[in-house]
Amino acid sequence: MRFIIFYIALFFGGSFNAVNAEVFEITLSNGLKVIVKEDHRAPVVVQQIWYKAGAMDESTGTTGIAHVLEHMMFKGTKDVPAGEFSKRIAAAGGRENAFTSSDYTAYFQQLHKSKLPLAMKLEADRMRNLKLTADEFSKEVNVVKEERRMRTDDTPQSLMYETMMAAIYQQHPYQHPVIGWMNDLEALTVADAKTWYDKWYEPNNATLVIAGDVDAGEVFALAKKYYGPIKSRVEEVTRREYSEPPQLGIKRLVVKAPAELPQIFMAYRTPTIQDPEQDWKPYALEILAGVLDGNASARLSKHLVREQQIVSSVGAGYDSTSRGPSLFLLDATPSEGKSVTEVESALRQEIALLVNEGVNEKELMRIKAQVTAGEVYKLDSLFYQAMQVGQMESIGHGHGALPLMLEKLQAVTAEQVRQVAKEFLQDDNLTIAVLDPQPLSGKPKPQRKGMSHGH
Amino acid sequence: MAIKSKFTIAISIAALCCTAGVAYATPKIQYWQSESGAKVLFVEDHNIPMLDVSVNFAAGSSFDAVDKAGVASLTRRMLALGVSGMSEDDIASGMADVGAVLGGDFSQDMAGISVRTLSRTEVRDQALDIMARVLQTPVFPEDVLAREKTRTIAALKDAETKPESIANRAFRKAIYGNHPYGMMSEVETVKKITVKDIQDFYRTHYNSGKAVVAIMGDVSRRLAEKIAENLTAKLPVSDAIHALPEVAMQIAPSEQRIEHPATQSHILMGAPGMSRTDADYMVLYVGNYILGGGGFVSRLMEEVREKRGLAYSVYSYFMPLKQPGLFQIGLQTKKDQANEALLLVRKTLSKFIEQGPTEKELQAAKDNIMGGFPLRINSNRKIIGYLGVIGFYDLPLTYLDDFTDRVEKVSVEQVQDAFLRRINPQAMATVIVGAPEVATQ
Repeated sequence: MRFIIFYIALFFGGSFNAVNAEVFEITLSNGLKVIVKEDHRAPVVVQQIWYKAGAMDESTGTTGIAHVLEHMMFKGTKDVPAGEFSKRIAAAGGRENAFTSSDYTAYFQQLHKSKLPLAMKLEADRMRNLKLTADEFSKEVNVVKEERRMRTDDTPQSLMYETMMAAIYQQHPYQHPVIGWMNDLEALTVADAKTWYDKWYEPNNATLVIAGDVDAGEVFALAKKYYGPIKSRVEEVTRREYSEPPQLGIKRLVVKAPAELPQIFMAYRTPTIQDPEQDWKPYALEILAGVLDGNASARLSKHLVREQQIVSSVGAGYDSTSRGPSLFLLDATPSEGKSVTEVESALRQEIALLVNEGVNEKELMRIKAQVTAGEVYKLDSLFYQAMQVGQMESIGHGHGALPLMLEKLQAVTAEQVRQVAKEFLQDDNLTIAVLDPQPLSGKPKPQRKGMSHGH
Repeated sequence: MAIKSKFTIAISIAALCCTAGVAYATPKIQYWQSESGAKVLFVEDHNIPMLDVSVNFAAGSSFDAVDKAGVASLTRRMLALGVSGMSEDDIASGMADVGAVLGGDFSQDMAGISVRTLSRTEVRDQALDIMARVLQTPVFPEDVLAREKTRTIAALKDAETKPESIANRAFRKAIYGNHPYGMMSEVETVKKITVKDIQDFYRTHYNSGKAVVAIMGDVSRRLAEKIAENLTAKLPVSDAIHALPEVAMQIAPSEQRIEHPATQSHILMGAPGMSRTDADYMVLYVGNYILGGGGFVSRLMEEVREKRGLAYSVYSYFMPLKQPGLFQIGLQTKKDQANEALLLVRKTLSKFIEQGPTEKELQAAKDNIMGGFPLRINSNRKIIGYLGVIGFYDLPLTYLDDFTDRVEKVSVEQVQDAFLRRINPQAMATVIVGAPEVATQ
C-alpha cells in the first residue's frame, strides 16, 4: 500500500486561510486508488467512484453499452435486491446518481458524513457482485431508448451535434454518441452488459474520491474495510489508445429537423493537454475561448449580438482535458433574416481579427481574473471539487496536475493566443454543421430571402 | 410606503435543531430593515473569501399587462444593459475585470439581480458599485430595447416548435386561464412594448420599500448594512399596491392533444397546487415526495420506469408561489406508448389520493428529507437562495431551524386528507404534445 500526501497550495492572494484544500491519497493493495479531500464547512460527504471506461472503449455494434451498464448498476446484487440501492441511500438522507461520458463512468452519493460507511458498503458491493438478468436488462434498455429519444432524437441541437461528431471522426471512437446508436440499443443483450462489467469493473481500474467533513485516515481505514477485500482479477486493465488521422480539408453537413431558427456549428480540431508541464497550446486555446465567450463582455457577444446584430445568440467552447482529441467549437443562431452563410463569414472575420491583430492585454487580464475568481467560487461546491479530481485521474493526468494547470493558464501570453488561433482555426481542421429548420407539419417551408445554407 | 426609521431586530436563532437524535447546525440569519425600507437578510460566513448578494422585487411576469406580456421580463433584462454613465459593454467588462458574475432570478412572482464576487475590498467594491447602478440608475436605451425585443421574439418563435415549450405553455393556460399566472409573452405582445412601458414598470415595481436584499458570505455586519443601503437608497419610491387576484382552485377537466412530429409524446397533467405560505405546505411537500418527488424511489418512478420501462423521466411537483402555483405531473414516452403511460399515471395518482401513503412510505420520505437536510444548506449558493425565498415570501426567520421538526410531524392521515382536499383527479388539465392518433378512454 502506497501512501502519498499532496498539499495543494492554491495561489490566490488575499486572506485565505479558513478552507485549505488538503488532498490525501493512497492506493490499496488491490490497486484501488483512494483520494480524500477534506472540507469541514458542513457535516456532509460526497463519495464518487470513477471507472476508467467510457463510450470510447466500446466496439462497433455495441455502442451505448457503457451507459446501459451504468443504468444496470442500480438493478441489484445478491445481497441488495433491484431498487434497494436507491432506497437505502434515500433512507439515509442521501442523493445519488451516476454519469457516463466518452472517457469514463462515475457513480456518486452525497449524504451526512455519518452515512459514509453505508455508501461505501453498497458501492463496493456492486463493484463485484452485480446481478444482471435478462428481464431487468430488457426493461432498462427501453428506459435508455426513451432517454435517447428525449435527449437526442427530438432535440435538433443534439441531433446536429451527434451527426457532426460522426463526420469529424472517421476512426476515433468519439464518432459514436455516448448514449449509443438506436440500432445498437435495439440489439444489445444482457450478455453484452456482463462482458462489459467483467472487463472494466475492477478495483485497479477505478478511483475512489471522497470529499467533505471527514478525516483522511478514517476514510482510508473504511476504504480498506469495504473495498479492500475485492481482488483484482487482472494485473492491469489496459485501454486501447486511438488516434485520428489528419483531416484533409473542410467538411460540411446539413441536418434537417423541426425548428424555427437555423443554427451553425464550426468545429476545429484541436489538441488536448498531454504533458501538463511542457504543453502551452491547450492553455492558450482555453484563454482564447475565454476571449471569445468567457463573459458578458467577451468578443463574440459584443461584436455579433450587440454591435452587428447578425446573431441572436453565439458561443465558443474548448476543453483541454479529455482522453481523446478535442474541438474548438463555435456555435451561433442567426438573427431573423440573416443567413447561416452571413453568420459563417462574420465568425470567420472574428477569427481573422484574432490572427491578424491578436488580443489585447486588457482582455487577457480579464480572462485571468476570471480564472482566479473561479478557483475561489469552486470551493462553494464540494461536489464539483471532487468531480475535478476524479476527472483528472480518469483521464490520466492525476489530480496533482490541477495547481500546475492553473499556473500555466496564468502564464499564457497574448502572442501565444494569437499563435494558436492562427495554427488551429483554419479550414483544413474545420467541420461546419448547419441546422436546416423544418416546419412542424412536415411540409417544406417556403424559402425565405437570405436562407441559403452555404453549401 | 417609505419607512425611514432604521430598526434592527436582533433575532438570535437557536443554532441547532434536534431531530431523531441528529443535530444540524443551521446558518444564523440576521435580519433588519435598511433606512431605505428594504428588508435585509444576512448570513456572515468567512470560510471562503467570497460574497453573494441578491436583491429581489415583486416584479415577475404576473405583473405584466395582458396586451404587453413580456414587459416584466424585459425590464429585468434591460437593467444591466445601460445605466447612468455606463454602457452595456462598460457594465459587462467592469464585472468581468474583477471576475464577478452578474445574474438574477425571474419567476411569475419575482424579479431580481444578483452578484457573486470575491470579497477582497477593491474587487468587491467595484462589483457592488456596478450592481448598485444597475438597480438604481438604469437608462433603458431605445436601440438596446429594439434589439432585445427582436431576440425575444426569435426565441419565442423557436420555442413554438419545441414539444416541451408547447406543452408547458398550453398547460399553464389550461390551469390558469386568464389569471396573471397564465400570462405569457407572445410575439404580438412583445412587439408592442415601448421604452415608456419599461420605465413605468421599473418605477412602480422596483421600489426600496419592497426590495428584499440577501447577503451571504465574507463581510461583517457593519459592512453588510452599508451594502444594503447602497443598493437600495436610490430606488424609486411608489405607493402603488399590486395585489394578485385569487387563483380559482377548481378547474374544469380538460385534455388537449397537440400534433408534433417528435418521436415521443410529452405529457403534462395537473391542477392549481399550493402557495408558499400554504397551511398544507409541508404535508403536501412530504406527500409529493412519495408520489413523484423522490427521485428514484417515488411511486410514479416505480410504476412507469422501474416496472415497465416506459419513460426515462417521470415526476410530480408542487411549484409554491405567492398564490397557488402548479401541481404538475410530467413524462415523455414514445408515441405508441403514450396512452398506456397516461392511464398508468392516472391510476397511480388516483390510488395515491384514495388510499394515501403507507406508514412505511411516509417514514422513508421523512428519513430522506430530514436526513438529507444538511445537503440543503451546505453551500453559500444554497443558503442565499433560502434567504431570498424567506425574505420574499415572509416566511419565519426560523424556517430552516423548524424545517425538520415540521417534516417529522407529518402523518399518513394528514397526507391523505390534504391530497383528497386539494387534488381532484376528475378535475385536472392534461396536455399531450406529439399525441398518438387514438385517444384514451
